[in-house]
Amino acid sequence: MSEDIKTFTISVYTENNIGLLNRISAIFQRRHINIESLTTSQSEIDGVNRFVIVVNVTKTNAEKIVKQIEKQVETIKAYYHTDEETIFTESCMFKIKSELLFEEPQIQNIIKESNTRIVTVNKEFFVLEKSGRRNEIESLRRDLNVFGIMQFVRSGRIAVTKDEMKITELLSAFNNQ
Amino acid sequence: METQTLNKKEVAEKTQRITGCEAVVRSLIAEGVDILYGYPGGAIMPVYDELYKFQDQIHHVLTRHEQGAAHAAQGFARISGRVGVALATSGPGATNLITGIADAQIDSTPVVCITGQVASHLLGSDAFQETDIVGISTPVTKWNCQVTKAEDIPAAIAKAFYIAKSGRPGPVLVDITKDAQFGELDFKYEKCKGVRSYLPVPKTSQDAVNAAAELINAAKKPMIVWGQGVILGEAEAELKAVVEKAGIPSAWTILGASALESSHPLNVGMVGMHGNYGPNKLTNECDVLIAIGMRFDDRVTGDLNTYAKQAKVIHFDIDPAEINKNVQSDVAVLGNSKESLAMLFDALNENSHEAWLQEFRDLYQVEFDSVINKDLNPTKQGLTMGEVIKQINIQTEGHAAIVTDVGQHQMIACRYADFKMSKSNITSGGLGTMGFALPAAIGAKMAAPDREVVAVIGDGGFQMNIQELGTIFQQKVPVKIVVLNNEFLGMVRQWQQLFFDKRYASTEMTNPDFVTIAKGYQIEGKRVSNRKDMEAAVKEMIASENSYFLEVCVEKEDNVFPMIPSGASVSDVRLS
Ligand SMILES: Cc1ncc(C[n+]2csc(CCOP(=O)(O)OP(=O)(O)O)c2C)c(N)n1
Repeated sequence: MSEDIKTFTISVYTENNIGLLNRISAIFQRRHINIESLTTSQSEIDGVNRFVIVVNVTKTNAEKIVKQIEKQVETIKAYYHTDEETIFTESCMFKIKSELLFEEPQIQNIIKESNTRIVTVNKEFFVLEKSGRRNEIESLRRDLNVFGIMQFVRSGRIAVTKDEMKITELLSAFNNQ
Repeated sequence: METQTLNKKEVAEKTQRITGCEAVVRSLIAEGVDILYGYPGGAIMPVYDELYKFQDQIHHVLTRHEQGAAHAAQGFARISGRVGVALATSGPGATNLITGIADAQIDSTPVVCITGQVASHLLGSDAFQETDIVGISTPVTKWNCQVTKAEDIPAAIAKAFYIAKSGRPGPVLVDITKDAQFGELDFKYEKCKGVRSYLPVPKTSQDAVNAAAELINAAKKPMIVWGQGVILGEAEAELKAVVEKAGIPSAWTILGASALESSHPLNVGMVGMHGNYGPNKLTNECDVLIAIGMRFDDRVTGDLNTYAKQAKVIHFDIDPAEINKNVQSDVAVLGNSKESLAMLFDALNENSHEAWLQEFRDLYQVEFDSVINKDLNPTKQGLTMGEVIKQINIQTEGHAAIVTDVGQHQMIACRYADFKMSKSNITSGGLGTMGFALPAAIGAKMAAPDREVVAVIGDGGFQMNIQELGTIFQQKVPVKIVVLNNEFLGMVRQWQQLFFDKRYASTEMTNPDFVTIAKGYQIEGKRVSNRKDMEAAVKEMIASENSYFLEVCVEKEDNVFPMIPSGASVSDVRLS
């Protein structure tokens, strides 16, 4: 009986320590699981970092990975969620030759219709920024590709859950143990 | 010679300005360390200089290889339940520790390794003897860290000891740069009492215990498989009480060996690839399988698709990540086995399962007739490994701690050793590290000088860390060394015979004169190749007050049975 592979967002709250990225990514590497995207940043709590890791795995595997991650001494808590259980977005930037902005009216339409923001314009190039779902970003990229893109970059997924994550409570429980 | 004496209280209370390397030594003393194993070199020399000063309080054992230091620290930890400590310099010294660290990780052994590192301004520059040991050791440590400032040393060491020992134990590594060793700090030592974000022992749920008891009380054919978690949790008495109250046939994994005495009527033997016939076969007939402090290693379960499918599974473990990792459990009881088994005891009904136990006895008889009798009471000319173990049992009256290496002799020793007390089986289980036994026996004997420590080693594994004879010689450690010489890498040869058409590719060994080598290290020794001489030789070895080397030339092509071929079902266990 084989289980379906799905996209899971794994959220990990950790101490802010050197070396944890290595420890956590090794867990995926050992199981031969490709990380689709990985974002680390500060979380809502001072001194606590948050990893947001997107992987395509079965639910059973997601559960096992989360347990292995939680087992690491400096991990406070790890969760896994499906797309339906999270609100998520990615962000991207395009660098494009400035002359195109004036010569190709179509570009201006694309910018307007896709709710893309112009970050900067100078003589040589202008920079567009957009946040959204992967497919929106991909479609924007396809549209702009026709005109030539000098540079493109996309971030990893960032996500918040629809449910509450009670990290503060968890931390006070750790402190009182 | 200048020496200093500090009592533990003084160490803890005084605040004074000292160097980082002195802080390392004082921190170790504050943790109660009185013996450590290591090898010096440039990046750890400041610490060695301090050890020279404190040698009346900490005995440093110079091994002949850092791998030996790591294994000695493991042997020390396994027999004593205390933290073993190993010290090494940067670069090659540190990487030589890795096999021992990996071994300790998979066998949950509390070890603290301290490595020297190049000065912090050189980090990342490919400096002389620089390796990223924190990066290298990350996947095989429970925790590790690099210290680059003297003032961070005491806290790092305190945390290291706490993490190594608490919850599910494991190895930790603290890498200390040379400038941190030379730097100064206001030293005050506080033991670590907890780490935010680390919950070493999950709380045992009474509901889970009740659910487990309910299944066990209703079971017709319950079976226990316990592992090292019982020994690590010091739950031997609780295990015995549970086993006896509910009358449950109980089997063990290789690392669980000796937690319950071998002769106990409800002890039905070892499970796994070379375990006993009965418990392996009946795993696929029990109605409730109670796993205690064991992790369903693939050497134990064989093919997971056919493992105990008929049974309700109850899993007791301290590590939540083990639950449902390999085998799906119906009831999971988290927590320390000492507490959880005591709670289980209260909830259990008194019971006995005579007819069910008889099934184990019947299968034992089958195994006895076709395997055990031939191993222990051979009539053919060549010596068997089994009869040597039997003789050790007789001469030590089952009180020896047996330290085994890896291979056929290991399986034979674990199958036939007569364990009367816990922590008597020290072996490399999860990693299967050849070269483990000789140095591990050194650590074990030093931790438990009153116990007879007998290392049982193959001719292959002996030569993997043979240099540690030098440590035995220099330290005068009275370990007994038995090399079972079959002039083959026996276990691999067995597989070649059974699964590779007897194509013995690179498994035959031309061996040196081991007794002469031992004599070169001033270790008394003897070689035996006839049955008639064996008993007297073992007797002489056990009677010796000093270290003793005994080489027994055994049958070249004996095999270890029963055997579950790799990937087969436990019920397909073969007797020949
Ligand atoms: C470091 C290491 N290398 C290779 C192996 C693979 N291996 C497992 S058992 C074995 C043979 C052991 O031979 P020996 O030490 O002579 O013991 P015997 O099986 O003959 O009792 C080998 C090579 C191992 N376990 N460890």
